Amino acid sequence: MSLNLDPNITDPDGFYDELLDAHQDLSKADSDALNARLILILANHIGDRETLRDALRVAKAP
Amino acid sequence: MTEPRYDIAFKLYPYKQVAAQSTAPQRHPVVIVGGGPIGLATALDLGRKGTPVLVLDDHEGAGQGSRAICFAKRTLEIADRLGAGQAMVDKGVVWNVGKVFHGDDKVFEFNLQPEEGHKFPAFINLQQPYFEKYIADEIRVAQSQGAPIELRGKNTVTKMCQKDDHVVLDVDTPDGPYKILADWLVACDGARSPIRKMMGLSFDGRVFEDNFLIADVKMTAAFPTERWFWFEPPFKNSGASALLHKQPDDIWRIDFQLGWDIDRAHELQDENVRARVDAMLGEDIDYELEWTSIYTFQCRRMKDFRHDRVLFAGDSAHQVSPFGARGANSGVQDADNLAWKLDLVIKGLAPDALLDTYSRERAHGADENILNSSRATDFLTPKSDMSKVFRNAVLTLAKSHEFARPLVNSGRLSVPCVYDGMPLNGPDELAGPARTRVGAPCVDAPMAEGFLLDKLGGSFTLLAINTQPPSLEEVGGIAIQTLRISTKEDDPTGAVKDRYLGYTTQAIYLLRPDQHVAARWTTANAQQIATALRIATAQEL
Ligand SMILES: Cc1cc2nc3c(=O)[nH]c(=O)nc-3n(C[C@H](O)[C@H](O)[C@H](O)COP(=O)(O)OP(=O)(O)OC[C@H]3O[C@@H](n4cnc5c(N)ncnc54)[C@H](O)[C@@H]3O)c2cc1C
Repeated sequence: MSLNLDPNITDPDGFYDELLDAHQDLSKADSDALNARLILILANHIGDRETLRDALRVAKAP
Repeated sequence: MTEPRYDIAFKLYPYKQVAAQSTAPQRHPVVIVGGGPIGLATALDLGRKGTPVLVLDDHEGAGQGSRAICFAKRTLEIADRLGAGQAMVDKGVVWNVGKVFHGDDKVFEFNLQPEEGHKFPAFINLQQPYFEKYIADEIRVAQSQGAPIELRGKNTVTKMCQKDDHVVLDVDTPDGPYKILADWLVACDGARSPIRKMMGLSFDGRVFEDNFLIADVKMTAAFPTERWFWFEPPFKNSGASALLHKQPDDIWRIDFQLGWDIDRAHELQDENVRARVDAMLGEDIDYELEWTSIYTFQCRRMKDFRHDRVLFAGDSAHQVSPFGARGANSGVQDADNLAWKLDLVIKGLAPDALLDTYSRERAHGADENILNSSRATDFLTPKSDMSKVFRNAVLTLAKSHEFARPLVNSGRLSVPCVYDGMPLNGPDELAGPARTRVGAPCVDAPMAEGFLLDKLGGSFTLLAINTQPPSLEEVGGIAIQTLRISTKEDDPTGAVKDRYLGYTTQAIYLLRPDQHVAARWTTANAQQIATALRIATAQEL
C-alpha cells in the first residue's frame, strides 16, 4: 500500500485546531460543503488513483 | 393497417405496392427492420458491397423533430466512406467552444480544439432527420449504380418466427399483410424494438428518474455558436440544469431538466414551454417553437446482440442518456462493424462465428458508452444529498481552480471505440503510437492529395509506410487493397509519421473494412499477413 498511515503531520494539535476553526460557526450545510471542497483539493494533490483508493478503503473500514 | 406513431419530416421511402405482396413469400439474404439512421446506414454499407438488402419501416421516412443533434467525427468519417459525409458537414453547424455555468456564474469554458489534419471536425450539430435524409439520398445514388438495396415504407413487421436457417416475417401494409423470408434479420427497430419483444429478450439497465423537456426553437438571435450548459440555472422555473445549443436553419436546442414528479401534458402546453424559454432568452426575443418533447432516460443494453439469425443494432440493442451524444453515434459504429462481417458470411468467405464478434465488439462499445453516460447523468442528477454536496463543491472550485474542471461532467462527448483485447485482433509488433494500436480505428491524416481515410475504401487494406509490402491481392477470396505511403513524398504535415510511425521508421498495417487496425508490424511477410487476416475474419478462433 502506497498510502502513508504513519504519523506525518507536523504539529498535529495545531493542524487539528485549524481544521475545527475552519468549521467554526458554519451551518451543517456549509460545513458539509467545506469538507467536500477540502477532500477534492487534497485528492487532487495526491493524484495517484491507487493511493486514493487505499484511502477510501481505510476510511470506510477504519 | 398500423396507425402512424409520428409525423414525417422527410418522406424517404413512400409506400408502393410490390408484386411480392401477392405472390408466395420471397426469400431475401438480409432484411433490416427499421429505416432509422442505423438501419439505413447498414443497408447502404451492405448494398455498396453488392449484398442484396431489403429495409422495412412502418413509416415513410425520418420522424419530425430532431432527437440527435450532435454527430461526432468518427460518425462523419463512416458516413463519408458511404458517400454521405460531405453533405452532412456542408449542412451542419461546426462548433468547438462550450461554456459551463452554475447559477449566474460562468464556471469555465472549454474548446474541443480539434487537432489539425483531419478531414472532419470533432463535432457538428445537425438535426437527425437531415442525417437520415443524406444517407437515404446516398442509397438512391447507390441504387442508380446498381446496388441491390430496396426500401419499403409503411411495411410494419407484426410477427417473426426463427427457423433453422431463416426467419419468417409477417408484414402489414396499407394493402394488407404478406410474408417475407430472410436468411438474416437485422433489427434496427429502435429502443422499443418490437423484434426484441417478439423474441422475449430482456433489455436490462438503469432508468433515471428524471424528465427532460426539449424545445427546439427557431430564432435569428445573435447567440454564439457554442454549447451553453447551466447547472442550477438562474432563470425562473428552469429546473436542475439547462442547455442551449445551435443547429442549422436558425434552430436552437433548449433542454430543461424538470425532475421526476411532473405533469407531462401540462409542461408540454405551448404557454408553459414558452414561459420557460422566455425566462431563459429574455422577454424581447422572438422565436417559434419548432418541436417540443419530454424524455426520460435509461442506460441499458441487451446481453447479446446476436441471436442465431437475428442481429440487433442501434437503439434496439443499447440505449444511453443523450449526455455525450452517444446514441446515434454508437449505432453508426454498430452498422460499420456489422456490414462487412455479414457481407463476408453471406458470401461464404468467413464462418458465421464472425457475427459473434460483432456482438462482442459492439457490446464492449455499448458498455463504454453506458458507463460514460451513467456517470454524466449521476453528475447532472445527484442521487443523494452527499452526491449533490460533492457536485456543487466541484462546480464552486472549478470557477477559480483549473484542477476541478476535468471533474465537471455535463456529458463526455462520444469518441470512437477501441476494440482492445478482442478475439479478432492480430499481432501488434510495432513500437508505434498507442492511438493506432491494434483494435483502434484509423486516425485521419492529410496526404499530398486529399486525406488518408479517403484512400482506404471499404475492403481490407494493407497500409505500407516507407516499405515495400509483400504482394497479396487476396486471402481465401477476401480481397486486399494495398496502399503505399512514403512519408517523404506523401506526408506534407508529418501527420502520418506522428500518427502511424511514432519513433519507428517504417510499418505495415493490416486494416479491416471498417478501418480498424487488425494487425501491425515493422515488417511482415505474406504468410504473417494472411494469418492476421484469417484471425480478423474469425477463421482461426
Ligand atoms: C432527446 C434526444 C437527444 C439525442 N441526441 C443525440 C445526439 O446528439 N447524438 C446522438 O448520437 N444520438 C442522440 N440521441 C439518440 C438517437 O436519437 C438514437 O440513438 C437514434 O435515433 C437510434 O437510431 P436507430 O436507427 O437505432 O433507431 P430509431 O431512430 O428509433 O429508428 C427505428 C425505426 O424502426 C421503425 N420501426 C419500429 N418498429 C417497427 C416495426 N415493427 N416494423 C417496421 N419498422 C419499425 C421506426 O419507425 C423507426 O423508423 C438522442 C436521443 C434523444 C431522445
